[in-house]
Amino acid sequence: MKKKHWYDYLWIWPIIYFSLGFFNILFAWLGMIDFIVPIIVASVGGGKAFCNRYCGRGKLFAIIPRALKMKNRKVAPAWMYSKYFRYGFLAFFMTMFGNMIYQTYLVYGGASLKTVVKLFWTFKVPWQWAYTVTGVPAWITQFSYGFYSLMLTSTLIGLVVMALYRPRTWCAFCPMGTMTQGICKIKNH
Amino acid sequence: MIRKNAVVDKDICVSCGACMEACPVGAIKTINGCYADVDAAKCVGCGLCSRTCPTGCITLIERLDMKK
Repeated sequence: MKKKHWYDYLWIWPIIYFSLGFFNILFAWLGMIDFIVPIIVASVGGGKAFCNRYCGRGKLFAIIPRALKMKNRKVAPAWMYSKYFRYGFLAFFMTMFGNMIYQTYLVYGGASLKTVVKLFWTFKVPWQWAYTVTGVPAWITQFSYGFYSLMLTSTLIGLVVMALYRPRTWCAFCPMGTMTQGICKIKNH
Repeated sequence: MIRKNAVVDKDICVSCGACMEACPVGAIKTINGCYADVDAAKCVGCGLCSRTCPTGCITLIERLDMKK
């Protein structure tokens, strides 16, 4: 039996994150940790230590099938982990991230705040109840809604592929994973 | 006698670390974040990494020292 480390329990992080955002959307900003830390680690020569050890989402996808005794042993179809799809999905994800920043900018410029969570970049889910702190500038709240939407959407996609194929299939095309591996490959070329 | 050991297809590997987590003897590490690598001397050929890898890029091969 391998010794357990503190980071083996990080599967709790996405659960805490989505719970906090359910009650107060401003907590969505905490998700920037998952966005910035992997890039910094890869850029300073730490490789994919974030994916390998500290990614809460990866750990959650690994632990759910184990806990539910799921028999998902099928390998994902080859296109799903091909370079074209991985980098294509990264480009799509970054475009959507850019669009979210633009929406934040519009609200900064005076456009009205939209208190909805947009799932799969399409379906608007009312999330008004999480708008509990109204004293902060509207653009900060708009970014929270946008970022929470992105995090929730990617987790739902991850859960679907986790159930259909092997537990950590999301990791095969996770935009952060693709980006950090790309950084590592460029650094070690 | 350990007859097999795991090998990684480095072109496919996404370096996610799922195999590292699955390996009971700590025989796998990622090389500079680019791909996973199996230490054949430590590998016990259990196949857990191969069954865990989301891309199925790890296979078990007959150990070189077992070949005639």
